[in-house]
Amino acid sequence: MADIKNYTINFGPQHPAAHGVLRLVLELDGEVIVRADPHIGLLHRGTEKLAESRTWLQTLPFLDRLDYTSMIPSEHAYCLAVERLLGVEVPIRAQYIRVMIDEMARILNHLLSIGTHALDIGAMTMVLYTFREREDIFDVLEALTGIRMHGAYYRPGGVYRDLPDQMPKYKENKFKNAQTVKELNEARSGSLLDFLEDFTNRFPVYQSEYHTLLTDNRIWKQRTVGIGVISPERALQKGFSGPMLRGSGVEWDLRKKQPYEVYDRMDFDIPVGVNGDCYDRYLVRMEEMLQANRIIKQCIEWLRKNPGPVITDDHKVAPPSREKMKGSMEELIHHFKLFSEGMHVPAGEAYAAIEHPKGEMAVWAVSDGANKPYRIRLHTAGIPHLAGVDELVRGHMLADATAVIGTIDLVLGDVDR
Amino acid sequence: MSAKLDRLIRQLKESFGDRIGEPVLAFGQVTVVVQAGNYLDVVRQLRDDPALRFEQLMDLGGIDYSEFTGYQGKRYAAVSQLLSITHNWRLTVKVFAEDDEFPVVASVMDIWNSANWYEREAFDLFGIHFEGHVDLRRILTDYGFVGHPFRKDFPVSGYVEMRYDPEQKRVIYQPVTIEPREVTPRIVREEGYGKGDGRG
Repeated sequence: MADIKNYTINFGPQHPAAHGVLRLVLELDGEVIVRADPHIGLLHRGTEKLAESRTWLQTLPFLDRLDYTSMIPSEHAYCLAVERLLGVEVPIRAQYIRVMIDEMARILNHLLSIGTHALDIGAMTMVLYTFREREDIFDVLEALTGIRMHGAYYRPGGVYRDLPDQMPKYKENKFKNAQTVKELNEARSGSLLDFLEDFTNRFPVYQSEYHTLLTDNRIWKQRTVGIGVISPERALQKGFSGPMLRGSGVEWDLRKKQPYEVYDRMDFDIPVGVNGDCYDRYLVRMEEMLQANRIIKQCIEWLRKNPGPVITDDHKVAPPSREKMKGSMEELIHHFKLFSEGMHVPAGEAYAAIEHPKGEMAVWAVSDGANKPYRIRLHTAGIPHLAGVDELVRGHMLADATAVIGTIDLVLGDVDR
Repeated sequence: MSAKLDRLIRQLKESFGDRIGEPVLAFGQVTVVVQAGNYLDVVRQLRDDPALRFEQLMDLGGIDYSEFTGYQGKRYAAVSQLLSITHNWRLTVKVFAEDDEFPVVASVMDIWNSANWYEREAFDLFGIHFEGHVDLRRILTDYGFVGHPFRKDFPVSGYVEMRYDPEQKRVIYQPVTIEPREVTPRIVREEGYGKGDGRG
């Protein structure tokens, strides 16, 4: 009888289901995976090193580029770490805005995650539906920050500016007639909060459409139920967090357990799974979108009633208003010093963690009192999750590797930094 | 929160005595420095002691203190962030490598499996060797990369660059052609700078 050897294949770095440039070296016995060895670093940009040669403020936009499917929450962890070192107070309105944006990003992230996961394992339609809703959230971000993806909106001490009073509108052109444009602009006639409120009212209907498409779908269940099972003990050992941990039944959510900003005033639930397989994690993400929707509604209600400043008035940290700057020497000096030399952060080390849509995202900032970070260490949820792929796929069929990569919600910008 | 952290500090002192450095509470977090010799025993007890119970290693990163203002001490440290789900508290554990020329610290991979990639990363970027790690390969840098890029004496632009050579018809490495430049200088101000004493 011929001697049968294990077969090694490359999954990626150029593979549509690898969610970026992941090279996964798979050792196969027939069609069963014996070992998976992820090779990462193909998108390594050295963000942590670059931060050391830039001022504290110049470092901030890099954070958007980490997880490019839910951009702004990464800035949140950075701002929290810097604020902790500086000891500045963030105005309450800015805290509400931050919570609202974070929850929008959670919906944004889970929409992409579920859409592409379904796409990877054969349900083409799903991604078309989820991208329809992503478009609305991108429109909000565009009106708010001027950019659809990499907002650079949070600042140590608050947020860059207050919510705008109007939304950009569609214009008539040779593809869209007056009637179409009127319908499209209907929700956009008011302020940003009006548009977002309209979205939160529509969203539960959309979410039920996804349930109709996937939740009882036989093929979807065959591809996800019982695949990539991890016990709560192993998930803790592996350093999992976010939906990967909650899917295994551990009720752990930083928004509840170690609340930051105004999460302690919000009314929401934490969904947990039972079996710790791909299907349970999918259900957790589906429910998290609805809970995020609830939080956004509460924020909108509060933000409508309570105007106020959105950034601290400590001009060693945040710039003075344009108007004041033109009329006062003191303010002009503050402005000049802040944007040339930058802020000085007191010496110390702070580790600030947030509940990013993917799990625990944290920034460990070390300062020696200079105007630049001494060291920034970025902990993203993707690293432990991808490191756990080997354990999740062992003994499964080759086709299940795709299902597992989809379920860990992999974004290589997040893993490689 | 602060009362809870005080309890954690008391518990740490009770459980370890002088086997760990003085726990420091700063910026809302507790940090302990552990001697490299005691490191493995201490972290194992941190995980297993029911009064502490740090089930999760959330993060482990290297740091190079060689250019830290006013710092004189060992150059490399491995810093881990521990999280206890049971007690809902966090702890930062810092261990300095004894030798600056060949930094070695013990691997905690057997205690928390999540340390595997974190330690590979710290090895790759800082050249800290983790004794007892079963698979200490480079992780983020290119195959065949030379040096440890996050050390403070490694330039931001690196030493080599890659380009396609039309004559040789392949991608080649060559020394970098980027001029090093610093747009904003790094400044550490003296104590009380900018506070103003009323004299303008």
